[in-house]
Amino acid sequence: MEQIEKININIEGRIYSVPKNMTVLEAARLAGYNIPTLCYWNHGQNSLASCRVCLVEIATARGGRLFASCVYPVADCPADKGFEIKISSPMAVRARRASVELLLSNHSMDCQPCPKNGQCELLHVSQVVGARPEQFLGAKTPTTLDELAPGLVRDTSKCILCGRCIERCKDAQGIGILGFEKRGFNTIVAPIGNRSFSEVPCLQCGQCIEVCPTGALTEHREIEKIDAAKAAGKYVVVQTAPAVRAAIAEEFGHRIGEQDGTGRMVAALHRLGFDRVFDTNFGADLTIMEEAQELVNRITKKQVLPQITSCSPGWINYMEFFYKDLIPNVSTCKSPHEMEGAVIKSYFAKSHNLKPEDIFVVSVMPCTAKKYEAKRPQNAAVNGLPDVDAVITTRELAVMIKRAGILWDELPEEEFDQDLLGQYTGAGVIFGATGGVMEAAVRTAYHTLTGKEMNPIEFKPVRGMEAVKVAEVEVAGITLKLAVASGMKNAKPLLDEIRAGKSPYHFIEIMCCPGGCVNGGGQPFVKPNLLPHEGPDVLDTYRQKRAAILYKIDEGLPLRQSHNNPDIQKLYKDFLGEPCSEESEELLHTTYVADRKAY
Amino acid sequence: MERITSPETLQKRIDECTSVFQAKIKGEGGKRAVVVCGGTGCIANDSVAIEEELVRLIKEKGLEDRISVNHVGCFGFCSQGPFVKIFPEDTLYRGVKVKDVAEIVEKDLIGGQVCENLLYVDPVTHEKVARQDDITFYKKQIRIALHGCSLINPDKLEESLGYDGFKALKKALTTMTPQEVIDEVLASGIRGRGGGGFPTGRKWQFAANVKADQKYIVCNGDEGDPGAFMDRSILEGNPFEVIEGMMLAGYAFGASEGYFYVRAEYPIAVERLQNAIKDMEAAGLLGDNILGTDFSFRAHLRLGAGAFVCGEETALLNSIEGKRGMPRPRPPFPAIKGLWGKPTCVNNVETLSQIPFIIREGASAFNSIGTEGSKGTKVFALGGKINNVGLVEVPMGTTLRQLIYEIGGGIPGGKKFKAIQTGGPSGGCLTEKDLDTPIDYDTLVARGSMMGSGGAIVMDEDNCAVDVAHFYMSFICDESCGKCSPCRIGTKRLYEMLTLVTEGKGTEQTLKDMEELANVIKAGSLCALGQTAANPILSTMHNFPEEYIAHVTEKKCPAHVCKNLMSYQIIKDKCVGCTLCARNCPVSCISASDVPARPMVPGKPALPGKFAHEIDQSKCIKCGSCMAGCRFGAIVKQ
Amino acid sequence: MNIKPEVKKGIEAICDSYANEPSPLMMILSAIQKKYGYIPLEVQEVVSEKTGIPVAEIYGVVTFYSFFSLNPKGKYVLGICLGTACYVKNSQQVVDKFSSMLGIEPGQTTEDGLFTIEAIRCIGACALAPAMSINGKVYPKVTPDQVGKIIEEYRKLGAEA
Repeated sequence: MEQIEKININIEGRIYSVPKNMTVLEAARLAGYNIPTLCYWNHGQNSLASCRVCLVEIATARGGRLFASCVYPVADCPADKGFEIKISSPMAVRARRASVELLLSNHSMDCQPCPKNGQCELLHVSQVVGARPEQFLGAKTPTTLDELAPGLVRDTSKCILCGRCIERCKDAQGIGILGFEKRGFNTIVAPIGNRSFSEVPCLQCGQCIEVCPTGALTEHREIEKIDAAKAAGKYVVVQTAPAVRAAIAEEFGHRIGEQDGTGRMVAALHRLGFDRVFDTNFGADLTIMEEAQELVNRITKKQVLPQITSCSPGWINYMEFFYKDLIPNVSTCKSPHEMEGAVIKSYFAKSHNLKPEDIFVVSVMPCTAKKYEAKRPQNAAVNGLPDVDAVITTRELAVMIKRAGILWDELPEEEFDQDLLGQYTGAGVIFGATGGVMEAAVRTAYHTLTGKEMNPIEFKPVRGMEAVKVAEVEVAGITLKLAVASGMKNAKPLLDEIRAGKSPYHFIEIMCCPGGCVNGGGQPFVKPNLLPHEGPDVLDTYRQKRAAILYKIDEGLPLRQSHNNPDIQKLYKDFLGEPCSEESEELLHTTYVADRKAY
Repeated sequence: MERITSPETLQKRIDECTSVFQAKIKGEGGKRAVVVCGGTGCIANDSVAIEEELVRLIKEKGLEDRISVNHVGCFGFCSQGPFVKIFPEDTLYRGVKVKDVAEIVEKDLIGGQVCENLLYVDPVTHEKVARQDDITFYKKQIRIALHGCSLINPDKLEESLGYDGFKALKKALTTMTPQEVIDEVLASGIRGRGGGGFPTGRKWQFAANVKADQKYIVCNGDEGDPGAFMDRSILEGNPFEVIEGMMLAGYAFGASEGYFYVRAEYPIAVERLQNAIKDMEAAGLLGDNILGTDFSFRAHLRLGAGAFVCGEETALLNSIEGKRGMPRPRPPFPAIKGLWGKPTCVNNVETLSQIPFIIREGASAFNSIGTEGSKGTKVFALGGKINNVGLVEVPMGTTLRQLIYEIGGGIPGGKKFKAIQTGGPSGGCLTEKDLDTPIDYDTLVARGSMMGSGGAIVMDEDNCAVDVAHFYMSFICDESCGKCSPCRIGTKRLYEMLTLVTEGKGTEQTLKDMEELANVIKAGSLCALGQTAANPILSTMHNFPEEYIAHVTEKKCPAHVCKNLMSYQIIKDKCVGCTLCARNCPVSCISASDVPARPMVPGKPALPGKFAHEIDQSKCIKCGSCMAGCRFGAIVKQ
Repeated sequence: MNIKPEVKKGIEAICDSYANEPSPLMMILSAIQKKYGYIPLEVQEVVSEKTGIPVAEIYGVVTFYSFFSLNPKGKYVLGICLGTACYVKNSQQVVDKFSSMLGIEPGQTTEDGLFTIEAIRCIGACALAPAMSINGKVYPKVTPDQVGKIIEEYRKLGAEA
């Protein structure tokens, strides 16, 4: 094992031996000190050292000065050279508190109705540093409230200029929609020209929301729409995406990866007054039927290849802004919840003698881009009605559950409603992890082309959190070349390859959020500052832990291939005919637009 | 010019150019030479036209072979410009106008007679002084950084070669190892002239110790301190010297690429630097294998774009990298990880301009000047309420009293000295009690100020200490990059509190809050801009507490500056009713009262229909036009 | 706002001229500011396409530096120096006089597009305090009572041009 070089440092008078390449912040954590931080994020990915909250006094014989511990290398303050790190010197405590009080003086004071109440890192650190009321009152930077985009809301009155969102958008998606503008006190974080998200090529993926420490970036809530629909007497059907169950327990105090929330989630939904509680996994199975058939068609009829999945609206937005020339490559399949919505308003409605306009479909998604997706006119198959009427995030569902006073841990485990759309397979469940769609599709495509089930059922080369995964599978004499990418920055090289006519692949899965939907913009926040019971490296492990829940569910299910879902088989037999039939095309497939301007 | 490819060729060229240059300034063969100041200040006063007129007249008289005309860099004595100097007599003409050129040509250049009316008059002895070096402003100066300024034509490489240019480079490249160069600079004791005061040799040593495939030397020409124009003058007067200093730095710690970062507000300096680089490239003094050695060096020029914070070295590096000029946390220091992540030394223009002297003459020539802790000379830009506004280069250890009174000529108009602000917006003010302080990095800090880049603004009794602090705070707020909360929000809050005080709305609690906040901003900010932002406030509060108290308890501004606490008043029995003030007033708030005007000529009766005027205080915007134009002293500030 | 094809070509040419320089953004923007007088969003998009730098980053740089302007400036940019040496010699009053006579604040342009007032940073001509610079030409020792004449002079110049 490689020997990590160590160094002795002096923290508050005690000597600690720590790895030499650490920062003072990390080393202090090892020594048992959790120095208050605010803008710091994920091993200093964006370390601007700008909030000046993590200040410590580093004292030498010539006196002490304050430094940001998140960037200060321990190598520069060895104990044997007389350096001492004082976390609680009077100067450090005062300055830390003043940094927070100054931020508060330029911040919205409406904490109670703020959607981040209870999960706000600024509020948390205010308490930790002992911020006093009404310090440094004065003028505030002019603010902007942007509610125009369906997925996201930007409120600069709550921004602390930490810069995490700027880096995240560049890091995850490679496009860098957000940036600092102006200088000094007037500085804001905004899309170019302080435009709305809806006026720039924002993917609405919500990755920025996931990192925002305050309520400056939040999702556009749709809970009120559900309340209104119920009040108006609509028949309200709810469906839940696979990734939701992998994380929802976290909203109720459980550790990441600890609990498969499926049963309790369904029980909660039953108690929230929905007329039907379905699983989007059914839609996922349906998507596989259609998409696998589409792939087989493209291969056998020598049509455009590679085929790229289309269930990630963040990716679809990216494609329509920047790669419209690749529209022929994108599968025409709607995403699972849209398919399910269309089926609910046609097949389900008919069998229950319900008028489609009386049905209100709610999707619980780990995603914010789906709030945009649901409003696309191309996703309105039945009488021009939207396939899905409202999309709420995992977080919004938790809000509804808490609002109803339901105690999560006392819920029994219940099953989804078995009513035409109740069955689902393990192939559908794994959609929530990167590589899941690909694996599910391979399980079915294999069967379609060979008439046999794949053995083993799992297709592990496409699992895991790497940026791009590449695999091959032999099917009926063809070597299918497959690629999986998550995060648009990682996917871009694959797209450029297709554009240049050099792509070797048959089928590519692209998910907008790095790691797949388990890391979606609508998932519970993973904020190390607010999760003291998780380890300090939680940001490195949470996606895998959530994905592991899904793979475990898949292993335990009796049905693991989409084509073996009896409700799916019945749907085709009684209603759609076969995958990619005319009925399927009308209900379950969509089109893309080539005229969206990037800027 | 033929390419210089070896030390021998360089020596030959130096010898040739030196004898030409010496011949010129010594007037060999009966020839005369005239130089015109081409610094920004004098150019604003038409010195280009003066040069053109000289050339024209000399040509007209067919004397081009006997009289050479050149423009040179800043003479430094800017309040007396434009300057024209004659060689070999060293006669210095001041305040020259285009219409004076004919006289200079006829009387002096041709006739050999001094033009008395264009000479400097000593304000104490009232005597005319002909030779530049006899003028008190110049007597105490030792020009190391300003070496060559006002002597050589900065657009001519041959004049630099003729006046010590590149001797140091030759010496270093042919007889010294890089470590020996660092050792010499260390021994000289030179500390960063940009304000930080960090020992230059130590900075180079850090960078030399790092192994890297590429290192950079960056010259900080983003002289942003208002009132500081040392670097501008050096670049305008002898850009070759700075480039040479940069090359010596590159040789010393292993940088083969150098970047100049110069403010865009200095177009003349930029142009001269650009031309100097081009000429040196053509001559083979920049590029591959300089003087036939293994040392290759390229110089590049990048411009600022109007951001004071880019004078901070890490913000400067970010700016070169095409980003917003926001500072980086240190460590890691630029010497370890700087421009594009490579080891980089950022040195000030003035620092680099003194390096050739150190190498050429030796460390002891430098460290024999100055004090224990601060060696060598420093260029100061004296400005504000002082008779001799301009640039001076004096040994460290010169006292403030000497600077202000002996060299600066004291306060104009017989007004009382109040304070001298050193270090710009990062510094503090020094008062009467500090006047005998020897100027030195550490003594100034001990007295609550700092050396800064060398800007020194003198204030008199008509300046309000609170108002000056308010001015500096407004500057800092404007120029704060906005990255860290103590500076971004803290300075704004400090400015708001100060505004309350200047408007008469502050209380004693305000003063207490200001001091507390100032200390927090000082302790918590990311970079030196924030860390020193509160210095003007702390310094003025410390030195002029009674002024602050007057503003908050009596709601009075003793210096009659703060607008809300002062007013312009017309003294009716001095007013002759000429109505000039009323006509000048931009808001037309001055009108006739019913008091008859005073006679314009004493003894004679007042003209009928003339009334003393009065100002409508409710409309007055306190612009001061009225008082500026009144020739009868009838308008005062109260 | 659509930019004219020849302007687009001009901007692309500027980008090309710095293609071999590391991190050329500041130089590109300085050249565009110098040539066209301002750098609106549409121009930034062209630079982004050419250089691959995200538009939001370019916009952040343009709005950070005082020299870069999003909007066109007046024909005559009246830059009154507010450096310390000029300030203690009452250059603020000069600013105020211009402001009140032209009816605009520093940073704004008159409606006829003739004048922009700017309070500028020290131009290093401290012996000429209070100094001002109009379109790069430095004027020494400007006092409030000269303001009217200066405005007259440039109005006439503007009318003749």
